[in-house]
Amino acid sequence: MPEPLAGRMSYRDAAREGLRAALHADARIFLMGEDIGRYGGCYAVTKGLLQEFGPERIRDTPLSESAFVGAGIGAAIGGLRPIVEIMTVNFSLLALDQILNNAATLCHMSGGQISVPLVIRMATGAGRQLAAQHSHSLEGWYAHIPGLRVVTPATIDDARFMLAAALACPDPVLLFEHIFLYNMEGELSPSLTGVEIDHAAVRRSGRDLVLITYGGSLHKCLTAAEQLAGQGIEAEVLDLRTLRPLDDAAIMAAVRRTRRAVIVDEGWRSGSIAAEITTRIVEQAFYDLDAPVARVCTAEVPVPYPKHLEDAALPSPERIIQTVQRLMSRAE
Amino acid sequence: MNEARAPVTRERGLRLLREMLRIRCFEDACVQLYGELKIRGFLHLCNGEEAVAVGTMQGLEPTDAVVSTYREHGHALARGLPMNALMAEMYGRESGSSRGRGGSMHIFDVGKRFYGGNAIVGGGLPLSLGLALAQKLQRQKAVTACLFGDGAVAEGEFHESLNLAALWQLPLLFLCENNLYAMGTAIERAESQLDITTKARPYGLEAQAVDGMDVFAVEDATRAAVARMRAGAGPVLLELRTYRFRGHSMFDAQLYRDKAEIEAWQKKGPLISLTTRLKAQGLMSEEDYQRLEREARSEVAAAVEFAERAGWEPVEQLERFVYAELPHA
Amino acid sequence: MQIDFRLPSLGADMESATLAQWLKQPGEAVRRGEAIAVVETQKGLIDVECFEDGTVTALDVAPGAKVAVGAVLARLSVAGTAAAAVASAPQPPPQAPPAVVAATPATPGAPREAAGTGGLTRISPAARRRAQELGVSLEVLAQQAAGGVLHIEDVERLAARAQAPAEDARSAMRAVIGSAMARAKREIPHYYLGLTVDFGPAREWLARQNATLPIQERLIEGVLLTKAVALAAARIEGFNGYFREGRFERVAPVHVGSAIALRGGGLVAPALLDADRKDLKTLMREFSDLVRRVRAGRMRSSEFTAATITVTSLGEEGVETLYPIIHAPQVAIVGAGRIAEQAWAQAGAVVVRPLLHLTLAADHRVTDGRSGSRFLQAIAALLADPEKL
Repeated sequence: MPEPLAGRMSYRDAAREGLRAALHADARIFLMGEDIGRYGGCYAVTKGLLQEFGPERIRDTPLSESAFVGAGIGAAIGGLRPIVEIMTVNFSLLALDQILNNAATLCHMSGGQISVPLVIRMATGAGRQLAAQHSHSLEGWYAHIPGLRVVTPATIDDARFMLAAALACPDPVLLFEHIFLYNMEGELSPSLTGVEIDHAAVRRSGRDLVLITYGGSLHKCLTAAEQLAGQGIEAEVLDLRTLRPLDDAAIMAAVRRTRRAVIVDEGWRSGSIAAEITTRIVEQAFYDLDAPVARVCTAEVPVPYPKHLEDAALPSPERIIQTVQRLMSRAE
Repeated sequence: MNEARAPVTRERGLRLLREMLRIRCFEDACVQLYGELKIRGFLHLCNGEEAVAVGTMQGLEPTDAVVSTYREHGHALARGLPMNALMAEMYGRESGSSRGRGGSMHIFDVGKRFYGGNAIVGGGLPLSLGLALAQKLQRQKAVTACLFGDGAVAEGEFHESLNLAALWQLPLLFLCENNLYAMGTAIERAESQLDITTKARPYGLEAQAVDGMDVFAVEDATRAAVARMRAGAGPVLLELRTYRFRGHSMFDAQLYRDKAEIEAWQKKGPLISLTTRLKAQGLMSEEDYQRLEREARSEVAAAVEFAERAGWEPVEQLERFVYAELPHA
Repeated sequence: MQIDFRLPSLGADMESATLAQWLKQPGEAVRRGEAIAVVETQKGLIDVECFEDGTVTALDVAPGAKVAVGAVLARLSVAGTAAAAVASAPQPPPQAPPAVVAATPATPGAPREAAGTGGLTRISPAARRRAQELGVSLEVLAQQAAGGVLHIEDVERLAARAQAPAEDARSAMRAVIGSAMARAKREIPHYYLGLTVDFGPAREWLARQNATLPIQERLIEGVLLTKAVALAAARIEGFNGYFREGRFERVAPVHVGSAIALRGGGLVAPALLDADRKDLKTLMREFSDLVRRVRAGRMRSSEFTAATITVTSLGEEGVETLYPIIHAPQVAIVGAGRIAEQAWAQAGAVVVRPLLHLTLAADHRVTDGRSGSRFLQAIAALLADPEKL
């Protein structure tokens, strides 16, 4: 690949590099989505790609989520490797039938004859006062569905390399990029050539409790952990990286080490991925717990527009710290 | 539109008749088997629409791709899927075309490029866009044919798909099987514009209405459309006007239409039309008909026997086929 | 050949239908594909077709009758031999085996039952709580568990077994305590003083301290009081020591007897040795250890006789003020009531503060009210400035 990017970069740059590398490596790969070409991408991830790869491989689509997601599925079955960008998870609802009833289900309905090697990238999450219809975190919903894989890169390395792993997977992969992560800057690990998408990763070791999280909430957890350290509480931070399948082994190992778990998840708490993880901990590590599992999720309200209300609704380092302090004080 | 029509010969006539009789006998057997609880779930039969299935499938090549609906037995048989595998799939047995996992509404055969089988009205249209896109980008001569009903015309996916197919000039043949009813809703109560071809033209597609009861007309129109598409003409819509003799599915009291209407259509059904025409031109006899019908019934009986004796997939295998087990290219 | 004509299933959720009308009568011919009857279902009237060419010989169901799917409606006579019939006995799908389907999740999941807790006792949270309530030691429980899991009923069983012999030991102990108390009341001229202390500063200081400590090292309020009493007892004459053989034996080390409630009633007050010289963390650790051993019944008798002054409290049990009895041969005992939010005058205004009612019961043969009040004031002053503890 000509002029690969290295060193310090933004998450957005890393995601773009991942796309460039894929497009250079395999002629079957092409992109489809709204405003990815001439506009350069709603979040500027695909900026410059139209110029580098041309309109056959960087295809702007009309506002027809159902049609172009279905087209991605059909093209994947037909021998190509499409990467479909749905501008945000909020719009994916228009393509839900194609995702659930076709992409997730064709393998099973055909008795294993068909595989759907499709990657769908979506921006997700809240925090920019975009109000109720533009602030969803539905990764947990999608993680409910057998037949799909769901991944959530939260670091520069993962933004750069998870895409390649997703493309190598014969099954449909939904790849979620939190809107707050795009501007985040960091160093790409110099000698890294790839990552896998089957396991979680410990981002910070700790002995008193584990913060289990993913995506946009990872950095809130790391911030909270720093502050808690100043109070003598050492929090481990586990980045799930994949929500379907969940890395049970990593979760239980962390719970056994620390005896207390707090799950931080930007979805609404009811029926959330946090609820699923809590249940798995109860099933697999009940006797290792020294306190009930706690969770920090978005409040049960459509995300409001004014900043103070939005901040109060979403998980924040402050709410994480308060939850941890309550947990550690043996309060009932 | 002046289309070249292939000559009506005895050979061609008997071949098409045999194909339609296979479908008719298969469907009738399914009625009985469903009543005996051998086939379960939902069962959607295509009696009356055999000419659409046979005519369209005869007009395609093996390398073309086909996407169908839940009323797909006729399409599948006409496409060449083995009847044994189809019947076993209806029974839910492991030797069914989808290992029994799909049933009547989810017939797949990748070798025959038959991609289902979709229980969601309109759900196959976006999928067919992708298959056609892959053919175009890989510079293949093959085209994709997507069968759907008059009910799907009301779904947003129909309009999104016409638009995108025309915009990107995809080799996609839209085959609208208009049997005048979307379950129990007559087309007059669902569409502001009853002529479906007029819905395709504004999007920039060529569109043609065809007498769906005339198997020759259906085959001729399909061949002509596909030839134009292979030459680079872009997507085409054929509205195949036909009628459904049986209910929407098995459990249908048909409160929404008159028996008189059904009987009137039955008198001009595909088998009767073809037989009358061939006999009138001295191309076949009653003995020919009887022989072909016996052969069809015998093939169906053998398929039932096959399904009855076929095994069940072991329960321990339940969680297979959620994710691909194939080596990935 | 005679065949049965049965009511067919016409839909996934059809279980029965009512025969509405026969379209054929016995003796009439019927052709394959022809409707032979009309039935009424939840969806309306549906024609039922016949699949054979034949003659109706008998109608078994009358119009108006409700029949289940599969029931015989009529009999027909058809051509051909029995083998021509399409229907063979339906083969049901195999029953799921009674054992659980081998769950092979696609996840690289950990095994369900954690094999690797490495010898730690697995006691359910509810069982742990019950053990605490019953005063059953976790070490004993662990031995009983032997690798399995302990539930509430295991704990209760153990406690019941331990109950019986413990009862004897406990009643013996009560007798001993009883006679000691009787003697103290008889022989020692008690005087009583009370002082109310604003416990707020101590509480705030404690919270700040505890925020920096790991859970197992956190200090309880009682430890602050113990240290304050110890320091005061070291400083002010007459409250630390024994009255024996008609005179007061002043003792240099301050060993503070700390009252601990026993399950099943009774109070013992083993000593925290050299309490005036130890820092709070150490006192806390030793106190926790005492509680554990008292409850497990593993005390040394010297620990009961070593105390030079005692501090008693009923903890959160609910009373404001205690009027304790001196543990002879000691000469003083400090009582602490429940710390509760009450009205308090401060700078001319009424405020609500967490108040602690301290009482001193002392031996009038050794001290009097004036030194007693100095003693209590010293304790209060130390509590007001916990940094000094």
